[in-house]
Amino acid sequence: MSFVEYGDRIKDGDTAIVFLGHESMFPVKVQHGTVTQTKYGVIRHSTDLIGKKYGSKVTCSKGGWVFILHPTPELWTMNLPHRTQILYSTDISIITMMLELKPGSIVCESGTGSGSLSHALIRTVAPTGHLYTVEFHQQRAEKAKEEFREHGVEHLVTVTNQDVCKNGFGVSNIADAVFLDIPSPWEAIGHAKSALKAEGGRICSFSPCIEQVQRTCLAMEECGFTEINTLEILLRVYNVRTISLQIPDLGKATEDNSSTSFDSSNPSNQGSLCANLQQGTAQFKSGVPLREMVGHTGYLTFATKS
Amino acid sequence: RKIIFEKQWFYLDNAIGHLYGTTFEVTSGGSLQPKQEVEEATTETKEAGTDNRNIVDDGKSQKLTHDDIKALKDKGIKGQEIVQQLIENSTTFRDKTEFAQDKYIKKKKKKYEAVVTVVKPSTRILATMYYAREPGKINHLRYDSLAQMLTLGNVRAGSKLIVMETCAGLVLGAVMERMGGYGTIIQLYPGGGPVRAATSCFGFPKHFFDKLHEFPLSKVESLLSGTFSTETLPSEPEGNTPVEEESNGLGEEKQTALQEAEEEPATEASLEVSQAEEQETMDISAEEVELKENKEKGRKENVREKQKKQWERRKKLMETAALLREKNSDGLIVASKFHPTPLLLSLLEFVAPSRPFVVYCQYKEPLLECYTKLRERGGVVNLKLSETWLRSYQVLPDRSHPKLTMSGGGGYLLSGTTVVLDKGRADASQPEALKVEEPSAKRCRVEELPC
Repeated sequence: MSFVEYGDRIKDGDTAIVFLGHESMFPVKVQHGTVTQTKYGVIRHSTDLIGKKYGSKVTCSKGGWVFILHPTPELWTMNLPHRTQILYSTDISIITMMLELKPGSIVCESGTGSGSLSHALIRTVAPTGHLYTVEFHQQRAEKAKEEFREHGVEHLVTVTNQDVCKNGFGVSNIADAVFLDIPSPWEAIGHAKSALKAEGGRICSFSPCIEQVQRTCLAMEECGFTEINTLEILLRVYNVRTISLQIPDLGKATEDNSSTSFDSSNPSNQGSLCANLQQGTAQFKSGVPLREMVGHTGYLTFATKS
Repeated sequence: RKIIFEKQWFYLDNAIGHLYGTTFEVTSGGSLQPKQEVEEATTETKEAGTDNRNIVDDGKSQKLTHDDIKALKDKGIKGQEIVQQLIENSTTFRDKTEFAQDKYIKKKKKKYEAVVTVVKPSTRILATMYYAREPGKINHLRYDSLAQMLTLGNVRAGSKLIVMETCAGLVLGAVMERMGGYGTIIQLYPGGGPVRAATSCFGFPKHFFDKLHEFPLSKVESLLSGTFSTETLPSEPEGNTPVEEESNGLGEEKQTALQEAEEEPATEASLEVSQAEEQETMDISAEEVELKENKEKGRKENVREKQKKQWERRKKLMETAALLREKNSDGLIVASKFHPTPLLLSLLEFVAPSRPFVVYCQYKEPLLECYTKLRERGGVVNLKLSETWLRSYQVLPDRSHPKLTMSGGGGYLLSGTTVVLDKGRADASQPEALKVEEPSAKRCRVEELPC
């Protein structure tokens, strides 16, 4: 396995995703002789995982089962150990497209944080591109380096431990795109400009507060960036449910009831869902929004250097 | 070549040799003059009102008449100067607030200063453009939904992807851009051939097309049931294709698919026309034009040529069929005008376990059904029905707010991950798993019930 290449079978040293069902997953590092506890029982790596196909159902000791999935940046985003607040796939997708990333792109990123976006960027620019990521927090930088090594992508990424606002990205005139997720992005716009290729490139800054956006936009304008555009993207997830609504009793005679249009179109649901057989129910499928959703992650400001 | 854009016409000759992102001014002769960062024509009078209590809309604030303005335009005066004149002749301009003045200038500039920027094609540009200009042609797939598809589908270099789209080739192009010429794409097409009008706009290098395969959708069932042959080529009418009725218990879905296929030709024809107009390089349309010509002339040489082409086509078809038969694709992307359920139930057969798939649909309801059917079929986890909202902002000092209008809808996505299907075959090594399967199915059903 690698995060930039699909593998068929699970090998020693792989990072795999254990899928327990219903959005419940966790990552596991596959190692000979190791065991992993789940609520369905124990998984023994040597016998239960190594050599099996990705996507297989693995039976645990208590008779329950889980699926083992091949890691992808998206699954990783949902399961990674948080060291900071992270970017989720919804924002990542629009960032990737608006920065026009593709195989071969050179990207600068700061800060690295938990590496959620980094993995997605690496996936997209592989096999010929490169990611230069700057993290001013030493432990986080080191942890990220370690993860990239474990995930088989270290050849595609350079982690630098410095302050991007003071010292920049450590590279100049080579990037096709720059991404900023730092508290004061306006202080790094100048460095971003010099990191971008002379012939131009794209920049994106992620900020939760509108005041940050304001200052960033001003800084971008001063630096001669064009096509400045601020967006917000929100994900709405729907649960698929079969809903049945009772037909109100308007006092119609009982004998008429059996021939109402609702009953005849839905003969299957009789009795099973409705306690009152006299009254019918109308059944339908619905996409129900979650009771609570993410209302705001951050504003995304894009611009072009040309 | 003359090009018309936003009521302006011009020749592109002068734009050659400039960098992408260069801005040009359109002159009356239709040729372009480069223009970069003109120092803002500063409205020297920084005089401005504070509110609009004394501004009355009497329709007489602009002292220049329509004819005056037209005369200015006809004289070929620069747009900038016209705007200046308009400002000078506006009686209320000085009374407007600074912000309103700003807005006024911007509006007039947009109208009178014709500037064009030439940019490099990319998914970002093309997807935005198509959504704004021809949403019907791409099934109202908004660009953020497309972005989601590329991410959820884990589209990247080296993959072997199946794409089924009726979005003028925009989705295909987006996938090709993300794969950068590495890996394989198998495009399934309805009707006589794949539509790639948008794909050709990307200007991909030739080698990107080396590993791009196509396969007729009407042959999918026979491929799955093992009765596939190349005897009947897709260029022949749909109705004549023998469809095998055996296998899979998908008969019901297949019928819907067939019905849709029958409705197809009419729209397909119109698409073909636009395709022929818009794209020069696609061999398919060229081939078809040639086929027609052949009929007219009926020359022996052409017949031989035709046979050779048919033979080549058949060979390519066999190759593609072989690729599909391996059933080890790394993902499935569907964005079409067809009902997604039958497409998905059949096409997922070609996808390896532990791979992502994404289906786009302009409407939510078909995806609800698709979700239910997939749950019944099994072999998928992580099913998610979602939609994204996109809001853009105006960010200006003291005037930041969401833009007045936002897009009402950009379609819905159903995504998930494939897993090993344990109905009998392939996975006989885990007999216990089958036993535990039952309660889980029940559990799913319980979860679906209303609370």
